[in-house]
Amino acid sequence: MQQIGKRPILRARTSNTAQPEASAPRRDPAPSKWAYRYHRLRLRPGYRNFVRLGLPLCVAALVAGIYFAQSDNRAKTVAAWQQARAQLETRPEFMVNVMAIDGASDATAAAIREVLPVDLPVSSFDLDLEAMRQTVESLDAVKTASLAVRTGNLLQIDVYERVPAVVWRHHEGMELRDDAGHRVAAVEDRNAYPHLPLIAGMGAQDQVAEALQVIAAAAPIADRVQGLVRMGERRWDVVLQTGQRIMLPVDAPVTALERVVILDRAQDILNRDVMAVDMRLSYRPTVRLGEAAREDIRKINEIEFGGQR
Amino acid sequence: MSQPYAMQRAMRTARKAALQKGVIAVLDIGTSKTACFVLRFDGSEGLSSEGIGSLAGQSSFRVIGVATTRSRGVSFGEITTMAETERAIRTAVQASQKMAETRVDHVIVSFSGANPRSYGLDGKVELETGVVTDADIGRVLAMCDEPDIGAGREVLHAQPVNFALDYRSGLADPRGQAGQELMTDLHLLTVDAPVIQNIVQCVKRCDLELAGLASAAYSSGLSALIEDEQELGAACIDMGGGSTSISIFIKKHMIYSDAVRMGGDHVTSDIAMGLRVPTPTAERLKTYYGGVHATGMDDRDMIQLGGDTGDWELDSRQASRAELIGIMRPRVEEILEEARARLDAAGFEHLPSQKIVLTGGASQIPGLDGLASRILGQHVRMGRPLRVQGLPQAVTGPAFSSAVGLALFAANPQDEWWDFDVPTEMYPARSLKRAFRWFKDNW
Repeated sequence: MQQIGKRPILRARTSNTAQPEASAPRRDPAPSKWAYRYHRLRLRPGYRNFVRLGLPLCVAALVAGIYFAQSDNRAKTVAAWQQARAQLETRPEFMVNVMAIDGASDATAAAIREVLPVDLPVSSFDLDLEAMRQTVESLDAVKTASLAVRTGNLLQIDVYERVPAVVWRHHEGMELRDDAGHRVAAVEDRNAYPHLPLIAGMGAQDQVAEALQVIAAAAPIADRVQGLVRMGERRWDVVLQTGQRIMLPVDAPVTALERVVILDRAQDILNRDVMAVDMRLSYRPTVRLGEAAREDIRKINEIEFGGQR
Repeated sequence: MSQPYAMQRAMRTARKAALQKGVIAVLDIGTSKTACFVLRFDGSEGLSSEGIGSLAGQSSFRVIGVATTRSRGVSFGEITTMAETERAIRTAVQASQKMAETRVDHVIVSFSGANPRSYGLDGKVELETGVVTDADIGRVLAMCDEPDIGAGREVLHAQPVNFALDYRSGLADPRGQAGQELMTDLHLLTVDAPVIQNIVQCVKRCDLELAGLASAAYSSGLSALIEDEQELGAACIDMGGGSTSISIFIKKHMIYSDAVRMGGDHVTSDIAMGLRVPTPTAERLKTYYGGVHATGMDDRDMIQLGGDTGDWELDSRQASRAELIGIMRPRVEEILEEARARLDAAGFEHLPSQKIVLTGGASQIPGLDGLASRILGQHVRMGRPLRVQGLPQAVTGPAFSSAVGLALFAANPQDEWWDFDVPTEMYPARSLKRAFRWFKDNW
């Protein structure tokens, strides 16, 4: 290799680079038509989402479908699942051993234990607290109840009992009713509840609130009141221990009774020979006289008018 | 000008759809390389009707994918082998899509060959209302009489470059102004129709939708000329591989375009023939040792020509660098002389400013600026494309002027003839005639 002049720089450059690799036909890196189309398809957002989410889901569903197509596998899976579930549920942490009832009398508590279909110990997973609450509240003596599984494997039942307000006497016997008119319990003996007023008559149990208002209004003569009787399922009669009746109107019975009380205080009407005070027509209070008084009136009239009648 | 320009209107619609979507590709099909940029329009700036945004709309987009590949089947800027060109487009588009990680459906294409020819047209119309409306613009554009562009030619650009209202000229947008007579100057650029057909076909076969066509001369002028040069008048000479395209700008509009069907590839083939080396070797010698000014030192720079024929005598040949320059220089001079002749024919010397900007891959020959200023005049400079957002360093060379200009074109397209509504009074006569013919044919 001849070189005119010493030009090592240029020579060094030429000697190793002037061999053109391109004299061989260069490979063309062009994508084929289908490779190009596939590449463009892969850049579609829909296709990308499909590959990322749809395809794995499809494959998983396919595998699961093939596996569960055989009934053996299905049964095996279900059995394994149930066993695992049972194992978890019967762990001591989830067991309920004790039932505690608060706010209930002994009889009510006994009734609650009677109606609740729970055999302790039981897993808390098997307890349907809502259904149990409804069962407990279906007892007459229970107004509301709340159930909760507490720490210490405890089933806590908080009960608010119904408070009896009246004794209702009817054909078959007597029962206690609370102020809303709801049945509390049956009673054998009225004297077991001497502090509760007595009401009677058909339909009386539905109007306990009104009855209580009437009884409150009758407080000044409370020692004489025997009870209230619902007449014709529309109005009240106050029955006194002497057998006298105060017949109250359908509307505003309390006002009418207050009038009678005032009348009694002014004229001592109830201590006279009066069978009944009829207040049903508010503009015309009427008094039904007893037998002796009627006789006396007749005699007085004879004297005054000279036996015309 | 009764052609409906259906294709151009369809491309405009496609471009609007692409901008709506926010992603568009620009593809420069050159003789030596095919470049593809994927642009993303953020829509922050938007393409509002309220004039041009900041930085002439360049800030509204970002280049997110770039790929370049060797062109195949293209010579003189025209497609000669469809299948090969299609593969080149596929390569470039796929690589740039991969870089952008997004799919591109719309593409704007530029090409340099196809014998562009410029026509200057003018039209004149009386205003009916005394105020210029959109319809008046459409009417005045329709009044431009169409020259005989010849058979097998197609209109590539038809840009209104100037509007004049009565005695006032140089209006960019006369809408809303009062006057009696509206005149316009229209720059019409026609190219060979088969070239456009081939490009449309190639793009279609790549599953892409054509959203625009531009002349490479126009788009490289957009990016290589600075704003003042575009405003005051300048010529951009884009020396590509197979053709050297010339565009003249004034008042921010291209007013003339032409192409010399010679470029860097001819220099390479001269070297290959003169030194009897394969073309790839000649290309390599040109880019490594090429030049246009020989000095005394170059006589002593011996270049190893190489070869692997096995013949020791043949493979160990040497040539001095002066020889190489001696082969290259006449061809480069010829190209520049030819460009000079085209500029003279266009009347470039009458422009107020005679700036000439050389760009394109072949303009990177060392010493070209000295040679060019001797042939073209004193106001010659080397041009590089404008920097746009996200453009990698590797594609900021002068060879990418056309592609970058195409990106600017996509961001801020020039109004063309077909963007205005054809006046309605042109329709009825024709459609009545057509209806009458239909009746005659069917009864």
